[in-house]
Amino acid sequence: MTDTLPAIELVGIVKSFTSHGEIVQAVKGVDMKIAEGEFFSMLGPSGCGKTTTMRMIAGFDEPTAGEVYLHGNNVTGVPPNKRDVNMVFQSYALFPHMSVFENIAFGLNRKGIAKDEVTRRVGEMLDIVDLGGREKRKPKELSGGQQQRVALARALVNKPRALLLDEPLAALDLKLRQAMQVELKRIQREVGITFVFVTHDQGEALTMSDRIAVMSNGVVEQLGTPREIYERPATKFVAGFIGTSNLLSGTVSEVIDGHAVIAYGPEERVLVAVQNGQVIAGSEVELTVRPEKMELSANAPHGTDCAVRGTVTEVVYLGTSTNYNVRTSSGADVVVFTQNATSADDLAVRGDSIWLSWEPRHSYAIGAPS
Amino acid sequence: MQRLRAKLAPYFLILPGGLWLAIFFIIPTVTMLSFSLMTGNEADGYQLTWHFQNYTDALSTYWPQFLRSLEYGAAATILGIALSYPIAYWIAFKGGKRKSTYLFLVLLPFFVSFVLRTISWQFFLSDNGLLLSPLKSMGLVSQDFHILQTTVAVVLGLTYNYLPFIVLPLYVALERVDPRVVEASSDLYAGRIATFTKVIFPLSLPGVFAGVIMNFVPAASDYVNAEILGGPNNTMIGSIIQDQALHVRDYPTATALSTVLMGGLLVGIFLYARALGTEDVLEAAAR
Repeated sequence: MTDTLPAIELVGIVKSFTSHGEIVQAVKGVDMKIAEGEFFSMLGPSGCGKTTTMRMIAGFDEPTAGEVYLHGNNVTGVPPNKRDVNMVFQSYALFPHMSVFENIAFGLNRKGIAKDEVTRRVGEMLDIVDLGGREKRKPKELSGGQQQRVALARALVNKPRALLLDEPLAALDLKLRQAMQVELKRIQREVGITFVFVTHDQGEALTMSDRIAVMSNGVVEQLGTPREIYERPATKFVAGFIGTSNLLSGTVSEVIDGHAVIAYGPEERVLVAVQNGQVIAGSEVELTVRPEKMELSANAPHGTDCAVRGTVTEVVYLGTSTNYNVRTSSGADVVVFTQNATSADDLAVRGDSIWLSWEPRHSYAIGAPS
Repeated sequence: MQRLRAKLAPYFLILPGGLWLAIFFIIPTVTMLSFSLMTGNEADGYQLTWHFQNYTDALSTYWPQFLRSLEYGAAATILGIALSYPIAYWIAFKGGKRKSTYLFLVLLPFFVSFVLRTISWQFFLSDNGLLLSPLKSMGLVSQDFHILQTTVAVVLGLTYNYLPFIVLPLYVALERVDPRVVEASSDLYAGRIATFTKVIFPLSLPGVFAGVIMNFVPAASDYVNAEILGGPNNTMIGSIIQDQALHVRDYPTATALSTVLMGGLLVGIFLYARALGTEDVLEAAAR
């Protein structure tokens, strides 16, 4: 076994269901490779196919087409109890009639591991998830966060090849959720097991993951590191789903040096990097700019290649930062986040005419150019 | 005035429930208890003489029937659990969209009178009935073999008649088993058998507890099955009570027997609940 084999590999996964006599494709051809020891997230809105994809890795559902490989072994058609992956369920699905200890020991006992080794490994696990001394409690005597950690321990104690987590933090309140995010990351580093994390919470995915697959309508829209996905959204969907994105469109007037130039008016123009030969003068392009990359000024800025005029339509003061809603001269509604580093007197007010500027490397063309 | 009304309001509120309880439970129970301590006969009337001998007389005469009733009730309950578990399991896990239809089918026999259903079993089990005549003509059983008027017939009748009382609580308990918990079990390397014995069955125990009570109590005090399907050696205590009350008209003996039966079953249920953990049984009963 070489280390280059991916922990999990999905090849052309399709899953269709029959619903009210109609065939619905929940997953439409997903390919991905998840590396050993990686913290990998599947991110998307509900119904995007992320949970179905995870259930196919676990073996609860079988793909209609395609194959699932765990460490190079084709496990398509293998039942869940014979797959070396474990799952943490959204609702935890702890065994209500068993104590914390019995819950965690369940998998080891099924594997026929010797009693004293079970006791030792469960004890170790209880320490890792910080539940020492609570092994005799029943799940209903624990708080939500503690139940969550039992669910995690129950899966991790088996030292699976990969741990699948299905929105495990969704039922926790905000404070606990943030604490658990840090905790999960720590545990993952400690045990070094591949984590596959399903979530609809972009913040969660961005903070915790090594790589993210953004899914929508049964397909992977973009697969990359959190930074890549945030900074360079590949599609309109990704731009809209991750963080706040400003969408601008316009007609290319010329292409210079790998950059398409969109001229909106005198001194108003936007540059966006494009692949050579893909965009020609006269074609329509859409591009995104993140709100915090834009700068707001009263007068026409000097020395920037991207600048547009606009009118402030709303000002939201947030203490450390201020959000401005601006309608550009071309009619697009954009949002600008500015840090309140300088004196508050500088704030623009509603109705002000202002300039927006940013560096060309912060605008990204999205979708196939028409 | 206002104050008084406010004070009395709670008592007015419990009045309907209180009256219901008084008329249908307290008065009959007290009447029964007082009758059991009376002496006299129908012609001269009965006097409350605190005649506790009614109890010792009744028990010393009818203890075999008491014992038999408990045995038959227990046998019918065990057989009932064995038969209903697969039915309830199948409806709960494989019933799909038709669950309510199947439950309705389980309850369907209740639309026919209890006595008539039992009489139809008499036909079914009779020496030349549906069950035995084909077996006899095939030579699988001897010509003088019979089921009717035996313990087997009574226990079969009891099992059949009270089956839905076990199926329903079992179904409810199994239906409540979270499918994700079952998935978690199979995710944690448990095969089908281990998932059943370690997860599904333990989680269905409250339903088994409730089913046992709901089946054993009416089965042990039944007076129809032994009459119709049993012989002279199969008399259960219910038949004796019915006979004493309706034919002999010895009300003190009938009520003394009833009180003993009721008390015995109550103590039995109490001990049973204690042994299994009250919480589980009450939880099951509350469902």
